Amino acid sequence: MSDAHAVVGRHLHKRFLDKESGRTIHALKDINLDIPAGSITAFVGPDGAGKTTLIRMMAGLLRCEEGELQVLGLDVARHPQQIQDRISYMPQRFGLYEDLSVQENLDLYADLHGVPPEARGQRYQRLMEMTGLARFTDRPAGKLSGGMKQKLGLACTLVRSPELLLLDEPTVGVDPLSRVELWEIVEQLRRDEHLTVIISTAYLDEAERCSRVYVMHEGEILAEGAPEALSAHARDRCFMAVTHSAEPARALQARLLDACELVVDAVPQGGHVRFIVANPDSQHDPRLRSLLGDAEVQAMTPRLEDGFMVLMRRRLQHMGHSHEASLAAAAMSAEESTPQASADATREVMIEVRDLVRRFGDFVAVNSTSFAVQRGEIFGLLGPNGAGKTTTFRMLCGLLPASSGFLQVAGVNLRTARADARRRIGYVSQKFSLYGNLSVMENLEFFGGAYGLRGKRLRRRIDTVMEQFELGGLERTPSGHLPGGFKQRLAMAVGLLHEPDILFLDEPTSGTDPLARREFWRRITALADTGVTIIITTHFLDEAEYCDRIVIQDAGELKALGTPREVWVQAGHRADSFLNMERAFIDIVNQGRHPKTANTGAVIATGEVLHA
Amino acid sequence: MPEAAANAPMTETDHGVAQRRTVGAFLRRLYALTRKEVRQLLRDKSNLSIGLLLPVILMLIFGYGLSLDVRNAPVAVVMEDASPAAMDAISALQLSPYFSPVLVRSMHEANDKMLSREVDAVVRVPSDFSSALAAGQGRLQVIVHGAEASRASIILNYATSALLQQGVRLQDRSGGASGDGIGQVQVDSRLWFNAANTSTWYLVPGLIVLIMTLTGAFLTALVMAREWERGTFEALFVSPVKPVEILLAKIIPYFGVGIIGLTMCLTTARFLFGVPMEGSLLLLLFASVLYLFVALGIGLLISSVTRNQFMASQISLLVSLLPVFMLSGFMFDLRNVPFVINVIGHLFPATHFMALIKTLMLAGNIWPQIILECSILTAYAVLFIGLARLVTRKRLD
Repeated sequence: MSDAHAVVGRHLHKRFLDKESGRTIHALKDINLDIPAGSITAFVGPDGAGKTTLIRMMAGLLRCEEGELQVLGLDVARHPQQIQDRISYMPQRFGLYEDLSVQENLDLYADLHGVPPEARGQRYQRLMEMTGLARFTDRPAGKLSGGMKQKLGLACTLVRSPELLLLDEPTVGVDPLSRVELWEIVEQLRRDEHLTVIISTAYLDEAERCSRVYVMHEGEILAEGAPEALSAHARDRCFMAVTHSAEPARALQARLLDACELVVDAVPQGGHVRFIVANPDSQHDPRLRSLLGDAEVQAMTPRLEDGFMVLMRRRLQHMGHSHEASLAAAAMSAEESTPQASADATREVMIEVRDLVRRFGDFVAVNSTSFAVQRGEIFGLLGPNGAGKTTTFRMLCGLLPASSGFLQVAGVNLRTARADARRRIGYVSQKFSLYGNLSVMENLEFFGGAYGLRGKRLRRRIDTVMEQFELGGLERTPSGHLPGGFKQRLAMAVGLLHEPDILFLDEPTSGTDPLARREFWRRITALADTGVTIIITTHFLDEAEYCDRIVIQDAGELKALGTPREVWVQAGHRADSFLNMERAFIDIVNQGRHPKTANTGAVIATGEVLHA
Repeated sequence: MPEAAANAPMTETDHGVAQRRTVGAFLRRLYALTRKEVRQLLRDKSNLSIGLLLPVILMLIFGYGLSLDVRNAPVAVVMEDASPAAMDAISALQLSPYFSPVLVRSMHEANDKMLSREVDAVVRVPSDFSSALAAGQGRLQVIVHGAEASRASIILNYATSALLQQGVRLQDRSGGASGDGIGQVQVDSRLWFNAANTSTWYLVPGLIVLIMTLTGAFLTALVMAREWERGTFEALFVSPVKPVEILLAKIIPYFGVGIIGLTMCLTTARFLFGVPMEGSLLLLLFASVLYLFVALGIGLLISSVTRNQFMASQISLLVSLLPVFMLSGFMFDLRNVPFVINVIGHLFPATHFMALIKTLMLAGNIWPQIILECSILTAYAVLFIGLARLVTRKRLD
């Protein structure tokens, strides 16, 4: 109501009618906000929390039915245009005009926002420098990589200095390097031009850089405050289990996560396992001690993610949801499935790639890449946007022929017997690619049939995956109506129907919240224990620690290959130091790009900012 | 604070300056948006070819391919009477550019040729022709293959008139008085099927309506929906841009495409097909501009409501292009259809423009009709563009 607050909301409600199911969705329930001017405020929460709805409402794009919302001292319901004249908004999917060039897109937004020509030169130069787009001004926006597009979207949003900047998940699908750059731009603008920034994000390390964080869940605000205040929910409960045994960290992590009455959360980190106990007393529980084995336990300072996990767990328990049950079921699948993975079988090479090349015209998307993956391994493909990950991935699944090189999958040469190889692999694409208007059961039956399963065998497999992915009771639900997490489970169930030896997952966790990611990875590690080989791409570098081995690609070249720790060493760090995958990634990509200036102060500094 | 500024007392000059600034900003934004639309239009080859290439192709197909003129139709002539008078009677067929007659000996042979479609028609000169002619009772038989109804009726008409003309000449030569009927030839024709007879003159004005509808309603139906689908509106909305500027920027380039299409149509109509221009060309242009606005309004309205390119294209085909073909009087004369269909036909703006353009090209300036149809078109243009403006709001819900 005064200059001190950029956004003030009182008792906001929003309901949508879902046209397909005919149900009303209560997207926002009694939201109250006070966002101080000149601050960076973050909204975090799982899918469907209402973050986007709230930001769109602030931008005057959605009607506010109940309650009062003031932006920059103006009532949004009455003066949307006056507010839109003074703010800048970057939607989740920034709609660039793909047939216009980078420069033409920028010019359009500068014209529309009435930026005078004399003010443009300097502004453009700065934006181009910050985004690294200077070399591409004539390129059509449609021909930029995902991360580049996102940066151009931000540049178009920032052609003028708004009083309020609204960013809706600006870093989804953006690689760590581009994320660092994006955040630098935003922070510099706030410093230099004193603008208020409101951002929604699925990355809690990003939210940690903000002065104020709102944690949302299913249309309600669970908690709000400074990141430190929210982290404090996990105070005295965060520990690191430093292991010295040969078993991978993710095995201990899985054991801890399964003990849900004692442990709220566990993640592999730095080659060790970070975990949160259910209450401060549990750390002395003898059951926990026996789970930890010979691992040393160190107390840790809680991060925002720890606080978030504690808040979410409490909330879900309160609502009667059982995250524990889901995790337990995810873990159970390990014991039930055919344990064909005997000790000697793990040595079997499932994928072999030698001198793989793929060209598009005279553009080399993947250049002489070689690696091998063994049975039961979790193998991660990492790289910045446009590095050639997706191309490599598609060649491995037989969706794209290689230009040259040797490619053998599940013992079958992909260049000569593609159909044979396909029968032995399962594929879960990034986009939901099942039939939305068929029910869960119909999808399973159809894809089972497509893979040649029928009769009793089909029934048995369907029963198994239904149980494995907890789809019971949803048989008749049209798959398009399933919530996001269930869609992914169904997609994985379909991918595993024909008992493939190898499962390919393309950015399965992009845009999902930490809770869903834990559950997802528990399933994946369980699956790998049954002998299924997993090939996965991800933008979350902390997830690389779940992988047995990873490759890092950049500009079509293989830059690093090995276990997370080996890659950490390849990045120029000491083997016994505390490993940080995000930093390893940034270092390796930068070494490749600027061989002479590798590991300069600037590069290290960016790495440090991320995990300050 | 803008509110405070608005409440402060304003001098006359302040007001003028503020207004000029608003208009200036409006024009700058409109220019920026229009330039964007033009660039997109020029770079999207498929849209541009629908807008500019398709009209030419349609004109040529309809103008030449659908021309119902008959040339060198093969005709079997059965000469059962070989007298000079009989030869004279059918000489008209031999001289005509429309027929290439083949002499056959018997009706049986002619029948075979008809069945195998070697000939389109049979002209039979009966054995008593010359004697009957002398008695004023000369009779010829013409049989036409009726599989292609409209072609058959044309052949029948041409054959009859050619033979009759020759008959009149014969009559003159024999010097008989017309009153007593001596030397008169009577053609007995059998028309097996009947069909409407259409010509290029009649088709081309209709084609102009079709092409204007195509560029107006079909192309613009995609442009708003495309922005909704690609999510480009979301960022655009949160800027000083006004909905009316977005709509105007969409109308301007497609209006240009429509005018180019119209010019091409009129030029081909006049110089390639020789369609007359009985009424005022200026009036024709005015009417076309009016109709173009109607079509653009329909397209933008569909596009804004559906927000989906596939749906928009289906609906625009259904409510604009199909009615032009079926209900506007392009193919079927609305005077010959049931009352209900006639009323439905007149609900479509295309019907009114069709009537107007045919009147202007083929009949002339018939003022009462022109004023009526132009008022109807104006009302439709205001209605559709107004609705499109109402539906286009800077809101996502």
